[in-house]
Amino acid sequence: MSKPLNPPSSGMTPEVPASVGASASAAAVADPHIREERVPPTVPAADGPARRRTGPSGRWLLGLALLGGLALFAVLGPWWTGIDPAAQDLRQSLAPPSWAHPLGTDLLGRSVLSRLTHAARLSLLVAVMATLSAALPGVLLGLWAAWRGGTTERAVVMLADAMLALPALLLVLLFAALAPGELWALYAGLSLGLWVEYFRVSRAQARPVLHGPGVEAARLLGLSRWTVWRHHLLPAVWPVVARLLPLSVGQSVLSLSALGFIGVGMPPPTAELGLMMTEYLPHYEEAPWLLPAPIALLLLLVLGLWLVTSSDAAGADPSHDAEARP
Amino acid sequence: MSIDSVQGAPLRRRGRWGPMLLRRAGQILALALMVGTLSFAMARSLPGDMATRIAAGRYGYDLVSQAAADQVRDELALDRAWPLALLDWWRQTASLDLGVSLVSGEPVWHELSSHLGATLTLTGAALGMGLMVGLPLGVMSARRPGGLLDRLLTAATLLVRSTPPFLIAVLLMMAMAVHLGMLPVAGAHQRGGWLLPSLTLALPLAAGIARVTAQALRSAMAMPSHQFARTKGLSDRQALLRHAARHAGLPLLAYVGVQAVVLAEGAVVVESLFAWPGIGHALVHAVFGRDVPMIQGAALCMGVLFIVFNLCVDSLQLMLDPRRTDGEAR
Repeated sequence: MSKPLNPPSSGMTPEVPASVGASASAAAVADPHIREERVPPTVPAADGPARRRTGPSGRWLLGLALLGGLALFAVLGPWWTGIDPAAQDLRQSLAPPSWAHPLGTDLLGRSVLSRLTHAARLSLLVAVMATLSAALPGVLLGLWAAWRGGTTERAVVMLADAMLALPALLLVLLFAALAPGELWALYAGLSLGLWVEYFRVSRAQARPVLHGPGVEAARLLGLSRWTVWRHHLLPAVWPVVARLLPLSVGQSVLSLSALGFIGVGMPPPTAELGLMMTEYLPHYEEAPWLLPAPIALLLLLVLGLWLVTSSDAAGADPSHDAEARP
Repeated sequence: MSIDSVQGAPLRRRGRWGPMLLRRAGQILALALMVGTLSFAMARSLPGDMATRIAAGRYGYDLVSQAAADQVRDELALDRAWPLALLDWWRQTASLDLGVSLVSGEPVWHELSSHLGATLTLTGAALGMGLMVGLPLGVMSARRPGGLLDRLLTAATLLVRSTPPFLIAVLLMMAMAVHLGMLPVAGAHQRGGWLLPSLTLALPLAAGIARVTAQALRSAMAMPSHQFARTKGLSDRQALLRHAARHAGLPLLAYVGVQAVVLAEGAVVVESLFAWPGIGHALVHAVFGRDVPMIQGAALCMGVLFIVFNLCVDSLQLMLDPRRTDGEAR
């Protein structure tokens, strides 16, 4: 995101109007739903200015490789193992890893590898879908509100504010209670909890642009609304939104598995990461290879998403991916 | 919700507390509407004959009779058209009448009040631990940027941040309780039962707080005011305490405010895992039993706690920074 590098004391003097960047980050700070900050810090770290890199950073590539591998595992895995994840073989209960079942079998003799690939597919699919279906309306609403201004804007802001009254996981939990064991309910709850973030961020990004000289000039030149959107608004909003996307996917994956883990997510015999952990936890002494499998998958997935987020191609310095800003 | 922080527009001075309180009050109203409507939909969408199920929940499946079901139907007015019923539901919620738990038959208020203390204990302990561990670490690492502690903190933050609370909980359970036999794994009745659940919530908080403190202090120490304080002849420590601390407090508070969500969501998950008798546990339990009045009550309670926590953070920020007008860029 491009913002003026203000000295740390700006915004610390009452006469100076809050700078563009500061107002955007204030919105981000004020937003209790944003756990990580995506705004690069304005103050160079005390150990010298941020390193300038050309091309994608190592962390970003690592994250991308992780995600790519996991996506392949999730998409091609079920077809590659060719084992029905629900096929039971009670004689094979809790079998240690073998050629037939590289990750062993669970209590009912089901192949852990097969269940893992299906669980990965489910998690990724739901998370990506929920994120996309939240991001698109969220961004459009944000841009529209900033564009219209006035009462319309205030009304939408109030609506977004109302959505923030309930932590996202609680919203998903309530939806899960509305239709127990239904995937659509979890998906709807996730989506509803996510759109606010996109709305707030895109509005905060668009407002200064709309009030800026560029848009004013474009309007004076009589350029069409579409041109202003394409050449002024979208370039300002896109980088920030792009960094939010992987975060939301990670958040959704975690929410899903957390709900599965405490038993209010997808019902058995669905292959779902959180549910698998619940099933494997009691056997971790007799079959210690079971529990690490879903945990490792989940950690790798989330780590990959975080890596992609915390260091964009411009190469943010890893020592501060900006949790605190001046 | 002001539009006055746009660049170029002069900042008008307005009442600072009014808008903030108004915003949070609006949020509580919205929360009640949202949770109320969802609970109503839940009550309506229960499969089978709702009255019979509720009666079964109360009296046990063997003792359910048509008469009992009819009595429940009358009592809960289950046979009315839904818009009327929804209005009625809202009216009841607005008058703070949360009804009785479908499972235990106790008033929801009564049930909640016993859970409230447990949740406050848990989150309070987590916050306290997070601050007690995080603040000193942050201050130490701020004074030696790029040092060993600084690097360790960065790594720890990344690690803990990509580990969701429920995983931390499982790992802690396995490590502490099972292998070492030191602490009770679940329940609140043994001594030290609070330690594991609150530690689960405190770990990510401590890491985050340490890092935010370090960065905030660093940028506060880079300010001209801090340089001047040192020039004036204040010692490093005095300048830190008297000048930098206040500047550094703001981002720290903002971070703690952001973490409110993590605390609330974490409380739900961690309480269910450790069988800690708090509101989150009650909520999950109610979802299991499709105990709609209890779901509504617990969700409302959780939401109000969350909003009040945010309100406290806002108030502290206003007190720390008198120039701040609430709702800037919101």
